[in-house]
Amino acid sequence: MTMEFDYDINGGDFSRAGFASSHLKKILKQVNIDPKLIKKIVIALYEAEVNIVAHAYEGHIHVIIEPEAIRIEVKDRGPGIEDIDQAMEDGYSTASEEVREMGFGAGMGLSNIRNNADDLEINSTVNEGTELVIVKKLH
Amino acid sequence: MKVPMHVKEIARITNARILCGEDENPPIQRAFSSDLMSDVLTLEVDQTMLITGLANLQAIRTAEMSDISCILFARNKRVTDEMIEVARENQMVLLQTSCSVFRTSGLLYEAGIKPVF
Repeated sequence: MTMEFDYDINGGDFSRAGFASSHLKKILKQVNIDPKLIKKIVIALYEAEVNIVAHAYEGHIHVIIEPEAIRIEVKDRGPGIEDIDQAMEDGYSTASEEVREMGFGAGMGLSNIRNNADDLEINSTVNEGTELVIVKKLH
Repeated sequence: MKVPMHVKEIARITNARILCGEDENPPIQRAFSSDLMSDVLTLEVDQTMLITGLANLQAIRTAEMSDISCILFARNKRVTDEMIEVARENQMVLLQTSCSVFRTSGLLYEAGIKPVF
């Protein structure tokens, strides 16, 4: 059985960051996924949500849960990432002071997504936006 | 003192108020003190509590995603109704103390709560 969920995220709206990951966590618990896997999946998604809120104007998240794997497609309209390799480095960040005051913006998000995923694809166009595909095997 | 420790014991040691979750009983073995939520999201341990001076909704969301079931806010940082509501939804315990992060950490370390690293 395949389940799909969609979430819209507004840039700058920190009060809603975590809404998608919170909802997905409840769903994954209901379908009895291993709690250790759930934690990795929702942390990757939460980091992606925070990235949209922190950097983009708006974004959309599409989640596909299949028996073997979960696929999370994250697409935003925003400034894009100039140098993806640099953005993946721990400690590199372009986050604003406001984002840092929220407890983020330390340049750890993308590498933490990669560490929690089995596969991560990033495509970005400057001044247009960024697309992530996060895949986590469920077995 | 023995770990895992009950949150009521943690509240007594740090002179903290229990803001919600008094009926929950998460066993606490370790604590992590940080205002940087990105750092909290990299932890791979369980039975861990968060000690922080960052009082906002993202501290609660970070704990939710990280399976952290107890947060202690230092220096009497203001905890909003919305934060308490989201914490309750996730069976989380929120504590608030007038002590600093440093002092809170020291008291709990002395009582036997283990560090993460």
